[in-house]
Amino acid sequence: MIRETHVNAFTLALFVAIPLWAVMADEPFTITLMTRAAVFAIAAIGLNVALGLGGLVSLGHAVFFGLGGYAMGILAHHAQTYTALAEWPLLIEGTKSMPVIWLTAIAVSSLAALAIGILSLRTAGVYFIMITLAFGQMFFFFAISWSEYGGEDGLSIYVRNGFPGLNTLDPIQFYGLCLALLCLVLVFVWRLAKSPFGLALNAARQAPVRVETVGLDPARLRLVAFVLSGAIAGLAGALFADLNRFVSPVMFSWQTSGEIMIFVILGGVGRLFGPVVGALVFVALEHWLGELSEFWHIYLGLLLLLIVLFGRGGLIGMVSGREAVHD
Amino acid sequence: MTEQSVPLTPARQTPVLETRGICKSFGALRASREISLDLRPGEIHAIIGPNGAGKSTLIAQICGTLKPDAGSVHLLGRDVTHQATRMRARAGLGRTFQISSLAMDDTVLQNAVLGALGASGRPWRFWKDALHDRTLTETAEEALLRVGLEDLARQRTAELSHGQRRQLEVAVALTLRPKALVMDEPMAGMGPEGSRLLTGFLDQLRQEAPILLVEHDMDAVFSLADRISVLVYGEVIATGSVEEIRANAAVREAYLGDEA
Repeated sequence: MIRETHVNAFTLALFVAIPLWAVMADEPFTITLMTRAAVFAIAAIGLNVALGLGGLVSLGHAVFFGLGGYAMGILAHHAQTYTALAEWPLLIEGTKSMPVIWLTAIAVSSLAALAIGILSLRTAGVYFIMITLAFGQMFFFFAISWSEYGGEDGLSIYVRNGFPGLNTLDPIQFYGLCLALLCLVLVFVWRLAKSPFGLALNAARQAPVRVETVGLDPARLRLVAFVLSGAIAGLAGALFADLNRFVSPVMFSWQTSGEIMIFVILGGVGRLFGPVVGALVFVALEHWLGELSEFWHIYLGLLLLLIVLFGRGGLIGMVSGREAVHD
Repeated sequence: MTEQSVPLTPARQTPVLETRGICKSFGALRASREISLDLRPGEIHAIIGPNGAGKSTLIAQICGTLKPDAGSVHLLGRDVTHQATRMRARAGLGRTFQISSLAMDDTVLQNAVLGALGASGRPWRFWKDALHDRTLTETAEEALLRVGLEDLARQRTAELSHGQRRQLEVAVALTLRPKALVMDEPMAGMGPEGSRLLTGFLDQLRQEAPILLVEHDMDAVFSLADRISVLVYGEVIATGSVEEIRANAAVREAYLGDEA
């Protein structure tokens, strides 16, 4: 058994070493793949807050991922067409500034998570899964019918948005930005899990009645977890859209929700680096197996089956065993 | 020592916890029939009764997980009938469960810190390590020390023995600095030695927080209780001192049999 902290350090080292090698070997496509993995990892870390810490099996996280994407798409679309987003009561213009886009994505997806959370957290178990799935479908079909922003065809953004002091069109610079955000999110969630809020949320997952008998409200803890989770997924959505310079309703699809969940399960539910390992392995399989066969999802399915059946702690669990008790 | 003979000061007369005529039915089953009982400062009031007598239903209504069809529940003189469980906990009602209800994957200390966190009323902190928060850990460690679990603080709760989990239940309740305790079969499944230790501990504890004790272990009940209420078919058929209950013909017939 390898200690979990060593697995985590190794994973992080891969996220640094592979792109550095790609720069030197002049393999920009590998950098794009790593950017994809980093962005997926952020989305999955978001889901892991709800799923791993809160025990909330949400099959609707594509909503937040998609909202982040459309926040970027709509703001950048108005900026590149020199049209105002709204003229009354306030003049709101589009923007090509990443920090503004990120904050907008986080704000919009938090609000959506708050509204969806208030409605769906009244239920539990399979009903919660179905309600979150239903919300995902609502946003998906709304995006398809929203012809002003491309409808089914989506929105293309011709030039990647900017970040002060960086040339974001350079793959490695954009990657560096995504990796920095991934690290920030990791630090935040690491602290979150150990914080008083995290302790209470963890207990609310395992023994909700206990949490109530010490005077805390499990429902409110879950709602806040769901909002934080949505906010992180929204940030990832904005980055994903910027990576592709394209947003489409596919970001809202239930397949997207499913993929985000696969990242978490693949790596290890509830583990800090589970979503990171899961996203990296997924992108690697997608690339290599995708070259071998168009039907590479069959092999992904087999791998998932094996992990769920035999390694209940995901890949990290298989390598380093049961989670160490945190002190 | 009958009830009438105890010299009651005014303070002793004010019950900490009281039910007034609570009724609860599930369809045709009347699980609680006009139950009125109280818990006074410094006492252990035991509730005994055969299986299916409605003890768990009664406790659920006192703690707020079930709402009575009629009647009211009072805590420290305030009507809490319509308050949620967590509001009653904040008002000073501590509880231990018949089936241990703890975060099994967490450490013993984490479970105790959860109690301290609930008592502090400040769970909305997202950055500082809860186990490095002195105000929380001191309360938690003190409670663990009192029940004798201080050496197991770093152990996963799932690895504890049954009796140790019971002790932890009590410790978590203590972190709330409760004004009244409701304990649902704290002795169940404990060995004789564990039972004896816990009996000694509860004996001391009653001065700090009076205890409403539901218990099947008759030795413990008879050695601890100041008063006993006997519940049969959802109805309190007798309340009184240990001697009175032992001598009560209806009780003997309904419940105690040869045991007394």
